[in-house]
Amino acid sequence: MSSSLIQTENLVKTYDTGEVPLRALDGVSLDIARGEFLAIMGHSGSGKSTLMNVLGALDRPTAGRYLLEGEEVGEMDVEELADLRNRRIGFIFQSFNLLPRLSALQNVMLPIRYRVGNRIGGEEREEASIAALESVGLGERLHHRPNQLSGGQQQRVAIARALVNQPALLLADEPTGNLDSKSSEEIMGILHTLNRQGVTIVMVTHESDVANHAGRIIHMKDGKIISDGQNGKMSQERAQ
Amino acid sequence: MTLIEVIGLAWEGLVLNKLRSFLTTLGVIIGVAAVILMIAISAGAEAAIADQINALGANLIIVTAARGVPGRPPTLVYDDALAIGRTVKGITGVAAEQNLADQLIKWGNVSFTTPALGTTPDFPVVRGAPLGVAHFFTQADLDRKNKVIVLGSKVAQDLFGEVSPVDQEVVFGTTRLTVIGVMAPKGKVADTDYDDRVYIPLTVLYQRFLANPMMNNRVRTVYAQATSRETMDSAISQIKSVLAQQHGVTLANPDFIVQTQEDIIQTQQATTETFRTLLGWVAAVSLLVGGIGIMNIMLVSVTERTREIGVRVSIGARPQDVRRQFLLEAMILSLFGGLIGVIAGVGGAWLFDEMGAMRTVLVPWSLGLAFVASAVVGIFFGYFPATKAANLDPIEALRHE
Repeated sequence: MSSSLIQTENLVKTYDTGEVPLRALDGVSLDIARGEFLAIMGHSGSGKSTLMNVLGALDRPTAGRYLLEGEEVGEMDVEELADLRNRRIGFIFQSFNLLPRLSALQNVMLPIRYRVGNRIGGEEREEASIAALESVGLGERLHHRPNQLSGGQQQRVAIARALVNQPALLLADEPTGNLDSKSSEEIMGILHTLNRQGVTIVMVTHESDVANHAGRIIHMKDGKIISDGQNGKMSQERAQ
Repeated sequence: MTLIEVIGLAWEGLVLNKLRSFLTTLGVIIGVAAVILMIAISAGAEAAIADQINALGANLIIVTAARGVPGRPPTLVYDDALAIGRTVKGITGVAAEQNLADQLIKWGNVSFTTPALGTTPDFPVVRGAPLGVAHFFTQADLDRKNKVIVLGSKVAQDLFGEVSPVDQEVVFGTTRLTVIGVMAPKGKVADTDYDDRVYIPLTVLYQRFLANPMMNNRVRTVYAQATSRETMDSAISQIKSVLAQQHGVTLANPDFIVQTQEDIIQTQQATTETFRTLLGWVAAVSLLVGGIGIMNIMLVSVTERTREIGVRVSIGARPQDVRRQFLLEAMILSLFGGLIGVIAGVGGAWLFDEMGAMRTVLVPWSLGLAFVASAVVGIFFGYFPATKAANLDPIEALRHE
């Protein structure tokens, strides 16, 4: 088995939006190693969100192959895909996407509840969820509801939720897009820590200073990768 | 998600939208209440019929006058009862009855008005109204027009209190009558209070209480009791031919009606049946409308929570998890309606009974049926919205505002 976490070959995604089919992905081949911190940049319509959805198993490509940990995702059925999203992938969204009627703790417990097989008891679930919240510094806010938390805190709850089933891959879609600069720094700090602990992170952003936190940056345009390289700034920081 | 968590969440949603939840479930509430009420009324009617059969006297044949021959007034006379008693085989007794409007009854300083029934010696046997104290009047009392009276138990109590009424002399209307017996308490049968009236020989009624000579000898009803269910038909046909002979009419064109309890009860039952059918339709239509209401609100809920569904799918909810969640919510909604409906139905049944509008008997299994009905409505009408939720495209759902 290769050290690649993600391998895609010629991913194509077309949408029927009238006379000319829109090619949201136009032959994307990408190799992401375990432990990488990758930023995908591009303007809206560049295909970066579509790529994210395909990598997150929320969307199926029209053509091409997608292997996650060496497994062909395209051949999975609905239940296998759900299990994939549940245990191997964690999502972080721009708008946090916490369930408003649930407390922070209940939100974080959700992925455990949807876990099929390998079930754990109520107490263990709660312990695991509390641990996840503590790891993002929210051990004091377990029973607050999302509307009682600041944006930065909500995003940290979302990160805890994404991590609670200990996925190999964390997908972040504009994770700081709705946050002020101070909260953004906090969130990026948490992502860094996670990455150092071995979590592979793929992040979509259009802000270059956010992208600069990543070790590798790819640029997309019209459904194609137009540049792919190590982040120089990052390398310099590491060298120091 | 565990069941309890889903129920808790759904409940919270209901409480959040109290008025909406109530209006949504109104159809189910009415439907379930109607189911319970319908069954309670049926059971009540059956109980009432059973009671009436026991109270009227078993195997009873009822003869009343009919305007059978044009130009002749309807007549049924004391002699008809005597003729039936003489000739008809297979009956245990015949009782002729004529009612008398309220008269003043007086003993010592105590007086009040009470209705009376002029009748014949077989009354206690035929009408299933046994004596409590002493005895009823005999054929000899009727033949000699003896001035005797038998009191209903309430009349005896009101008039004499602790004193023994037997052999006391009372004034009824303007006639002095000797008390020879007191009926055992029987209570009300249909609209007649057996305890709150007095019984006098039919012949005494004719002699002393009728101002109108036209009414002389006339009876309102003749009751005959067949010895058993098997002899009923034979007794009825005998009675018909005796009366035809007495009245000089043909069997094809009689001036009397011979009925059994069953005939009379059937007419009463028909009224209940109509009401019951109506309630059945109300129940069916309400449950249908209630179900559509639930489906509607669940569709609204699915739309409102599209993003939530997207989030749940993105963190690993399978379509069946989403479907189960919305199905459970629909079921909770309709079971909640069912619960209120059960309360309303039980309350309604109690109210019907209390107001005397209709006798009702609560049947325990009807509560279970009502609950099952509301659960089925929830599942049936919740399935479509739940499936819609389960089949949402997660990307579209996540983009939903």
